[in-house]
Amino acid sequence: MADVIEVGAARDGAPPPAGPTRGRGATQRGNRATPYLFLAPYLVLFGVFGLAPILFGVWISLHQWDLQLPNRPFLGLDNYQDLFSSDSAIYGDWWSSVRATGIFTLFSVPLLVVIPLGLALLLNRSFPGRTFFRAAFFAPYVLGVAVIGLLWRFLLDANLGLVNRLLGAVGLPADTPWVTDVPWAWVSLVGVTVWWTCGFNAVIYLAGLQDIPAELYEAAKVDGAGGWDRFRNVTIPGLRPVMLFVFTTTILASANVFGQAFLITQGAPGEQTRTVVWRIVDEGLRDYDAGRAAAMSVFFALMLAVVSVVNFRLFRYRED
Amino acid sequence: MSKLRPVLRYAVLLLITAIFVTPLVWMLLTSVKTYDAAQQVPPSWLPNPFSTYGYDQILNNTANPVLRWFLNSMLAATLHTLLVLVTASMAAYALARMRFRGRKVLFGLIVGTLFLPPTSLIIPNFIIAERLSWIDTLAVVIVPGAASAFGVFFLRQFFLSIPAELEEAAVLDGANQWQIFRQVLLPLSKPALATLAVLSFLTNWNDFLWPVYVLFSPERLTLPAGLGLLQGAYVTDYPVIMAGAMLASVPVLILFVFAQRHVIQGVSRSGLKG
Repeated sequence: MADVIEVGAARDGAPPPAGPTRGRGATQRGNRATPYLFLAPYLVLFGVFGLAPILFGVWISLHQWDLQLPNRPFLGLDNYQDLFSSDSAIYGDWWSSVRATGIFTLFSVPLLVVIPLGLALLLNRSFPGRTFFRAAFFAPYVLGVAVIGLLWRFLLDANLGLVNRLLGAVGLPADTPWVTDVPWAWVSLVGVTVWWTCGFNAVIYLAGLQDIPAELYEAAKVDGAGGWDRFRNVTIPGLRPVMLFVFTTTILASANVFGQAFLITQGAPGEQTRTVVWRIVDEGLRDYDAGRAAAMSVFFALMLAVVSVVNFRLFRYRED
Repeated sequence: MSKLRPVLRYAVLLLITAIFVTPLVWMLLTSVKTYDAAQQVPPSWLPNPFSTYGYDQILNNTANPVLRWFLNSMLAATLHTLLVLVTASMAAYALARMRFRGRKVLFGLIVGTLFLPPTSLIIPNFIIAERLSWIDTLAVVIVPGAASAFGVFFLRQFFLSIPAELEEAAVLDGANQWQIFRQVLLPLSKPALATLAVLSFLTNWNDFLWPVYVLFSPERLTLPAGLGLLQGAYVTDYPVIMAGAMLASVPVLILFVFAQRHVIQGVSRSGLKG
């Protein structure tokens, strides 16, 4: 199945294999409005909830936009300036949330790039039970953040939780405040996220591993390359595009962390684990300051866009 | 050594499996404990006595109508999935098979939004939904998510992989575009449509951030949004909270068991676009 899709992907950019000529296509395959009729239902959705909000978000960010007040005076870039001037009311909370998201991303991304690769390598040959193990590793990802949030809040409960109990049983300290104090709260958030999503990345790696031609490994073997050499010189280069994908999407996913912090640490201690996305929705939808929240969103999206572009540059560069 | 290796491999795999599965087993076991048994320090593994206390609490609960949330979620996820299948397949067909003015630009725009974190559109989307008077209705958790570019992108790639000759034959038989789409292309695309259906259902069923902020009335919540309330109301009454979590988990776990191939394929294919 994956191969089939690849053929499609390879054709990307080439003209579509539709009617052989434009003239014939127009006469025999419906009239000029036909494509637009097929597109219309999706385009309505895409226009209203996909494209319009991009422009509308920028527009809102340029105004003092209180959701409860009828007047929305134009502010220019004041909302953006507030994010950077230390005497604004929002400055402290905003940068504290950027710090929280930064810490979480910094520690979760490397683990979510490396551990799933290990899991994929373990599963990358046929043996009885392979499908079962793959399903077991993937299972947590099928559950929503609400479920895993409540579950781990319980498991990490300092008194009643299973984690401290198991640690106590092997002679380790059994009273670690996993969800109420740093650095433990960070260990919890990162650990739970790795547990929850590493099966997802492993499945993507697994597909990538299966696309590496077996002949390359054979050739390396003939050349006398050992297991480690083959991993370094065949597996890693063959996986580079998949790694770029995993790395980029994992950064995006980690930077958007919300539910884990909302449910497991509930921002504690103090507001140290309150993340950017949480700050944005609270500012906009709980405190009704949509203008400021929109400015935060635009700034946040631009930061992530820069990170993605830098990723692509780095990986492309190394490929040359 | 060569005989030891498979043993070692299975030992490692089982250990890792335990790490992934034990928390889920713990959720199940706790959901059938009594309040007292769940408060025990140190906690006991097996529910003794076995109890339906947690489930009784959530099923007969007027302040937190968990059953209602379950039905809301089921309805929302089902309708969302249907909406995605219909709109995305039609749009993908036009983008894969027809030539028209603006096709490249349009496809570029659609794919471009794949790289935009959806959270960055939450504030404007909330205001748009408010103007449509959709806040605190089921429509707000069904419709906006269907604007996602993923389904269109995913199905277009699949359609491109189907040889166009089959459709040419239908054209010669005098079929119009709609007939070709319905009678030739869609039947050939069942695996891809099933994959997209499963992924859309999972995404919508599990969605948390958006429902938490756009649904307020207790009887209108979806299950994930409601679980947050349950945690606030029952704090450390873990059998009740775990029973709620079980209710949110069982449908998707069943779906995963039966449609595992589709889930795994959908995920692995999303990686190949990179």
